[in-house]
Amino acid sequence: MSYLNPGLPIPVASPDGLDAPYWEAAANDVLKLQVCDDCGQYQWGPEWVCHQCHSENLSFEAIEPRGRIYSYERVWHPVHPALNEQGPYLIVLVEFPDYNNARMVGNLLGDPEQEVVIGSEVEAVFEHHLDDEPQFTLVQWQVVR
Amino acid sequence: MSRSIHGKVAVVGLGETQYYKRGQSPDAEFKLALKAIIAACRDAGISPKKVDGFASFSNDRSDPSRLAAALGCDDLRFANMQWGGGGGGGSGAIANAAAAIATGMAECVIVFRALAQGQFGRFGQGPRSNTTSGAGAYTVPYGLMSPAQSFAMKVNRFMHDHGVEQEALRAISLASYHHAQNNPRAVMHGRPLDEAKYDASRWIVEPFHLFDCCLENDGAAAMLLVPAERAKNFPHKPTYILSALSGSHYRAGASAHNTPDYATSTFKTTVPRLYDMAELGPKDVQVAQVYENFTGGVLMSIVEHGFCDPDDCNEFFKKENLIAPDGKLPTNTSGGNLAECYMHGLGLNIEAVRQLRGESTNQVSDVDVSLVASGPMVTPVSSSIFGSEATL
Repeated sequence: MSYLNPGLPIPVASPDGLDAPYWEAAANDVLKLQVCDDCGQYQWGPEWVCHQCHSENLSFEAIEPRGRIYSYERVWHPVHPALNEQGPYLIVLVEFPDYNNARMVGNLLGDPEQEVVIGSEVEAVFEHHLDDEPQFTLVQWQVVR
Repeated sequence: MSRSIHGKVAVVGLGETQYYKRGQSPDAEFKLALKAIIAACRDAGISPKKVDGFASFSNDRSDPSRLAAALGCDDLRFANMQWGGGGGGGSGAIANAAAAIATGMAECVIVFRALAQGQFGRFGQGPRSNTTSGAGAYTVPYGLMSPAQSFAMKVNRFMHDHGVEQEALRAISLASYHHAQNNPRAVMHGRPLDEAKYDASRWIVEPFHLFDCCLENDGAAAMLLVPAERAKNFPHKPTYILSALSGSHYRAGASAHNTPDYATSTFKTTVPRLYDMAELGPKDVQVAQVYENFTGGVLMSIVEHGFCDPDDCNEFFKKENLIAPDGKLPTNTSGGNLAECYMHGLGLNIEAVRQLRGESTNQVSDVDVSLVASGPMVTPVSSSIFGSEATL
């Protein structure tokens, strides 16, 4: 069961390999962020050097798959044919306070017309698409009750 | 400021094609560019053969060497593209052209933008590929792929932080449509907007109704710049570039919406330099053209250009404060990107000069200082301030 109707572009690791560990981890229900081995700075999206100390020694580290809603939007107008019958849907920007406030974009599961409160705590839900070619996993979010 | 383009360059020619709804131009995009450039030269009373430089932005497709060949330019000395998408380069291209003139690299530079979406495809649509990678992979599969979707979360966060009401965004849209009714060039001339029509319009993505979003148009616009000392050799009242520059804040371009200062139009670091170069402040600005990709960007731009405290938006953003001739800050007096034409904001720079010439269809009286903010929320953004001879 996916949140959005099928047919949107499938995410694949970048051809240069920069973010492959993130997608591999997500397929195994693990959320990873890029972290600098030298200064400990977390960053997202991934880059070839640390934006703080410019080290090239970067790793992908599993993090607690929880964050808080930094902002959100409710989309009504479809801009892709796959979403023509979708109706409204929610996008959230999730911030990780324990990881240098790195942020990720995902959908907020549940009623698309629910009231969304900035600051709410959310937890990751790994949405696997095993019947697609290539297979992929999206990291979605739900409010912690 | 010791090293500056302040007052060193004048705008002596303005050119626009007719503006069309997207896909309806009878002319090819390159022909539109040529027509606008020839019109700007005619406005300045010079031959296009004397143009020695071209500057544009947003990956404009009309190549300067082909333009120079088509126009028979005697001596091409400057061919420049401001990086960055959207309208963020609208004033940046002017800054680059002015810098070339101020440093002696060129003498007679055209700044232009041409768009024919029927020929080259629409903005505002998601990608049609089967896969996505890199930065796109972090947003597109979640249904975040259009400009409106890319910016709504910034605006929602700003409205949350400062208690801004929907009516503040509505006022910006009403002002643009109000001005367009007096502007026969405006695509929305004869199509007035009132509060009820705005409120009843469909959501695109909250907080943007349909009327909070820019048009999509075909057309071209051009501006001719020369050294200030030559300004009085041309037919129109001389107007001068007091300041023009571009930039963005710390990690503004971090992917997946990771810029630390998120709820911003991206002008916080550029505006102090803008006013320093102009040698004046926001209280001196009499009329503003503020790029409307979406009304929320206008609101944050006006705040970040120092016209309104972020916590006073609900009082400031009322239609009567934003309309010519007597509003506190007459804004988007041609109808702008919402109601005149979406020419990636170069039209806003043309309207700013028109206000100084006294030729606007929504003229503010005795304008000496006229400001443009280009492309809020993208990176880099840019701004320009134009002044009359009295401001030099």
